[in-house]
Amino acid sequence: MRKRFWVLLALLGVLAMGMASAERIVIESWRSDDLKLWRDVIIPAFNKHYPDIEVVFAPTNPAEYNAVLDSKLQAGTAGDLITCRPFGKSLELYNKGYLVPLNDLPGMENFTDFAKSAWSTEDGSVTYCVPMASVIHGFLYNKDLFEKYGFEPPKTEEEFFALLAQMKKKAPALAPLVMGTKDQWEAATMGWHNIGPNYYHGEEGRKAFLAGKEGFHTDGFLTTYKVLAKWAPYLPRGYKSVAYSDAQQMFTQGRGFIYPAGSWDIGVFHQMNPKLKMGAFPPPAPAGAEKRYISDHQDIALGLNSASKHKEAAKKFLEWMTTKEFAELYGNALPGFFPLHNFRIEIKDPVANEFLSWRQDHESTFRMTYYKLSDQKPDAETDLWTASAGILNGTMQPDEAAKWMECRLSSWFEPHKHFHQELGCGK
Amino acid sequence: MKRKPFPWHLFVFLGPAVLVYTLFMIYPMVASLAFSLFQEGEGGRQVFVGLGNYVRLLTDPLWSEPFWNAFKNNVVFFLIHMTVQNPLALLFAALLATNIRGAWIYRTIIFTPAILSAVLIGFAWKLILSPTWGIWFPILDRLGLGDNEVAIALLGNESSALITLSLISVWQNVGIPMMLFLAALIRIPKELIEAAQVDGASGWRIFWQIQFPLILPTVGIVAILTFIGNFNAFDLIYATQGALAGPNFSTDIMGTFFFRTFFGFQLRPGDPHMGATVAGVMLLIILSGVILYLYGWQRRIEEVQY
Repeated sequence: MRKRFWVLLALLGVLAMGMASAERIVIESWRSDDLKLWRDVIIPAFNKHYPDIEVVFAPTNPAEYNAVLDSKLQAGTAGDLITCRPFGKSLELYNKGYLVPLNDLPGMENFTDFAKSAWSTEDGSVTYCVPMASVIHGFLYNKDLFEKYGFEPPKTEEEFFALLAQMKKKAPALAPLVMGTKDQWEAATMGWHNIGPNYYHGEEGRKAFLAGKEGFHTDGFLTTYKVLAKWAPYLPRGYKSVAYSDAQQMFTQGRGFIYPAGSWDIGVFHQMNPKLKMGAFPPPAPAGAEKRYISDHQDIALGLNSASKHKEAAKKFLEWMTTKEFAELYGNALPGFFPLHNFRIEIKDPVANEFLSWRQDHESTFRMTYYKLSDQKPDAETDLWTASAGILNGTMQPDEAAKWMECRLSSWFEPHKHFHQELGCGK
Repeated sequence: MKRKPFPWHLFVFLGPAVLVYTLFMIYPMVASLAFSLFQEGEGGRQVFVGLGNYVRLLTDPLWSEPFWNAFKNNVVFFLIHMTVQNPLALLFAALLATNIRGAWIYRTIIFTPAILSAVLIGFAWKLILSPTWGIWFPILDRLGLGDNEVAIALLGNESSALITLSLISVWQNVGIPMMLFLAALIRIPKELIEAAQVDGASGWRIFWQIQFPLILPTVGIVAILTFIGNFNAFDLIYATQGALAGPNFSTDIMGTFFFRTFFGFQLRPGDPHMGATVAGVMLLIILSGVILYLYGWQRRIEEVQY
């Protein structure tokens, strides 16, 4: 009896020592969908290199992530590694001193400046998160249905709308464009942000916008609202109460032809209906376009909590994330999340690869409302949700929506102050 | 006469309740009100701004527009409950009080939704009205309303979303006032009604001239409970329409407005001080309603002793 007791005590002692020597780092994230993947694929791969660092992936519900993270950071209970939202939100965390500068991290040279720009200070001198992935916008289509009716993916805007009209005529029971406006963000994200860069010429237009030369009511920006408005007749029946998850269901069940997509949908669709044959095409080019553009949005990165007690271990993890091994592992485990490393990586999923190939002949830009334009209230991104959904619902006219957004933005955004008077806002 | 000793035992009986109530109700409320008098200044320090946040909420268009929108929607939400839910509850109660056959079945069926969580109710109705697999479209097609823009997207039109949600809430909650009315109606002594019947009064007349006046105190209680419940409502809207209370904020009520202000939304971080301010205004609205009820209604009503 007594002997057994001593054995047990010794075992406990060994266990406690083991726990003390292995370092434990916790990752804060909003990607609760990826929990299984981190647990079964990514963390074991990391542990092959560093067996004595225990990594815990502890995600929060996406909608509450920002609020939960803020309060945890304030209370000093946040994990060691923090998943970074792009632009303003993470910059705010860095400015408050919650994130450690990572310029000296070995391997940071594996990322392009474009990739790093979402998680760097304004002058680009300090980068505070390791870029993980971007998401690309485009259109997914149901290959079987396209074959059945003899349709071809459209290349230009003209072809796109001609095709939609044909679909409506030939197959009235199926939705030409599968998207709803109930959750509002789809209309902005999969609609406006998806096709916009082609009209306002990507980075060029975005920079002119920030400098105050363009506004939501001018040139390409205004055109984007107008083109989006033309989608309305081709959306599914009752689209005003079709939510994002409803649209996903409809498309994977083969009840519609084209799905305005974010690349992250690819992996989800494979799970929802493994038999579905999908193809993809980039946003169709407007008439007379010289260059073509895609929204290649830096979406997710990982930073180091300045209050972390295991900085060395956490840095080892971040360093491993800059390697090709991680890039290939992550890019293939989550088709549709594209690693931002600057070496070429093999993506096995053909649809995801199709999205990725657009980077060759298109210029990349990101969702323009995320940078600076949403730093204050009323923020341009939430307004864009309201405006895009309003346009498609027919409760707002495109020029009206553009003017409304510009008035709200120019009420606080310094470079746009002159538009406030020119447009006669507030009258 | 010997003076009674001070009743120390009262403290023993009242103590736990007072303590718990103070700790978990009064203290947080006062703390939240105090919080609304501050604003975050330079470097995260808290600066006392007096009633500045309240002035901002009511005068700065950036705050006052969504606030009045939420207030207006909340009033509509309340009016629909007052004009649909409570008369319906009274009707059900009056019918059940006549001892119709199978009354307990009806009572159970009508009351059941009230014990379900609003999240479940929201989810169930979302499925019923869902364009992808709901039973709503087949019904509309039978009725020949399949092309009606409003009817096919009840939760997606600005004109119909708030009314639809109010009616869902009525459907859910109608059981509670029904039970209260029923309890009051059953309490009325049989002799009063029998005497009226002997005098040859019709059922209609008996209801309006004998039963209804006798349950007036309950009518008042139901009205104030509806008022408090509606101005605190949040869960049903959040479950069906999300925190943005779409389309175009047409279903935004005080609760969802508070949620977005306090916790932030998507790219905007929350503003706890303004959130506390909104909560303060909500408290004020409910308080003034309750005071109006206490002085304007309850004091005039005499409790009838049978």
